[in-house]
Amino acid sequence: MKRRKFIERSLVMLAQFGVMGGIFRRAKAELKDYDPSKHYYGMGIQINKCIGCGKCVEACKAENGVPKEPFFFRTWVERYVIKKDNGVTVQSIDPRIERSYEAFAEKDILRSFFVPKLCNQCENPPCVQVCPVGATFKTADGVILVDADRCIGCRYCIQACPYGARYLNPETETADKCTFCYHRITKGLLPACVEVCPTQARIFGDVKSNASPLARFKRMNKIHVLKPSLNTEPKVTYSDLDGEVR
Amino acid sequence: MKNFFQRFPDSLIRIGAVFLLFVSAILFVRFIIPSSLKNEEEHVKATIERETSRSVRYAGSDVCADCHEEYNVKKLGYHRNLSCETCHGPAKEHSENPTETKPVVPKKREACSLCHTYNPSRPTGFPQINPVVHNPLKPCVTCHNPHDPKPPRVPQECQACHAEIARTKAVSPHVQLECTTCHTVPQQHKVIPREVKASIPGDRTFCGKCHSKDSPAKETPKVDISTHGEKYLCWQCHYPHMPEVE
Repeated sequence: MKRRKFIERSLVMLAQFGVMGGIFRRAKAELKDYDPSKHYYGMGIQINKCIGCGKCVEACKAENGVPKEPFFFRTWVERYVIKKDNGVTVQSIDPRIERSYEAFAEKDILRSFFVPKLCNQCENPPCVQVCPVGATFKTADGVILVDADRCIGCRYCIQACPYGARYLNPETETADKCTFCYHRITKGLLPACVEVCPTQARIFGDVKSNASPLARFKRMNKIHVLKPSLNTEPKVTYSDLDGEVR
Repeated sequence: MKNFFQRFPDSLIRIGAVFLLFVSAILFVRFIIPSSLKNEEEHVKATIERETSRSVRYAGSDVCADCHEEYNVKKLGYHRNLSCETCHGPAKEHSENPTETKPVVPKKREACSLCHTYNPSRPTGFPQINPVVHNPLKPCVTCHNPHDPKPPRVPQECQACHAEIARTKAVSPHVQLECTTCHTVPQQHKVIPREVKASIPGDRTFCGKCHSKDSPAKETPKVDISTHGEKYLCWQCHYPHMPEVE
């Protein structure tokens, strides 16, 4: 075989492989029976119902393979204790630790409650803006996802998130965050935290739908979002939110 | 080979080399770098594909109902809104392969006390106990059926719940009176105490049966019901469970 012919043929083959690979990749990306443009997800959280059992945190870690150490969270629960001398203490609860130890005398407590937190799936996400490689983006159904293959682990987004919802996964060295359990909701299941919540403190649903538990939650409660002044427009809304919650 | 190159002018070879470099760079960018890293749309699709293809670990409680009888018991009890997997852990594998993988059956006290230990941050009305004094070391399941949790038996005495009132009454002049002398207690009050309440005396003549001037009762302090205390009900000034001199 002539050198020229060899080069010619190999170039043609390479081109064919490339085209086929592209087509294959495109075909695989199609999800059956799921139209993301028909959904727009949000969550409602009833603070008065949260008992701080930490089942949601546990379930989230099990479902999404989040490291077990107590400083990697996709969702976490904060315990607010507002004391009579106006001191405010916030702790992230750890379900694995026996909570018989109580740091406060009960008579000193003015009011106290639990606040479950997770990624707010903002309408205007600051984390997406700052990513230098465009690894994080908003899907058509309103969920912010991170492409772990593209993420370079620069931690800009972790700094940018005003809610502290992101963490650097120590195994992949990439940024990770709550996805509303994207692999579950696209199959019609509830996010793991909503599924296991024993008191239905979390309500998941479509923001746009008129008849759904989430719509009812928004109709029946006085609702609020975290840090509204930042204009991030979170899709996670809270009822019974105390002014001390940051 | 040397002859082959010498047949062309030097400049042409250089241009050729640059051209080859250019072409290979294009080919590299075009075919070697995966398209999901260049094309925004492809990148989004690839990430969504990766997220949605993750395995589900929590099956959802609808799946449990197909096989497990307990589901029908649970749906009528206080734990009706609790997902099975809240206590039994992720069970997707079990639902697909029921004989080989079994979900956990939590039998220790810690499993229940995670939610039911008294904590001032928990919402008022949520059933809570102090595990240190509440039948210590006894597993909860010996008295309570977790699929239909109730107090192990309907309390016979009022003081089982109203201990504080019972204690003050014990040292008050009303010690001889049964609770039911003044309160009518519907049977349902023992089952759903917050929804069905015991009655409290609604008018002055009730107390007057013993305390008015013309009452046949002996050794009771007596007042003129028609003038004493004007328009107020007796218990608005006199707390009947408390020892009082006046």
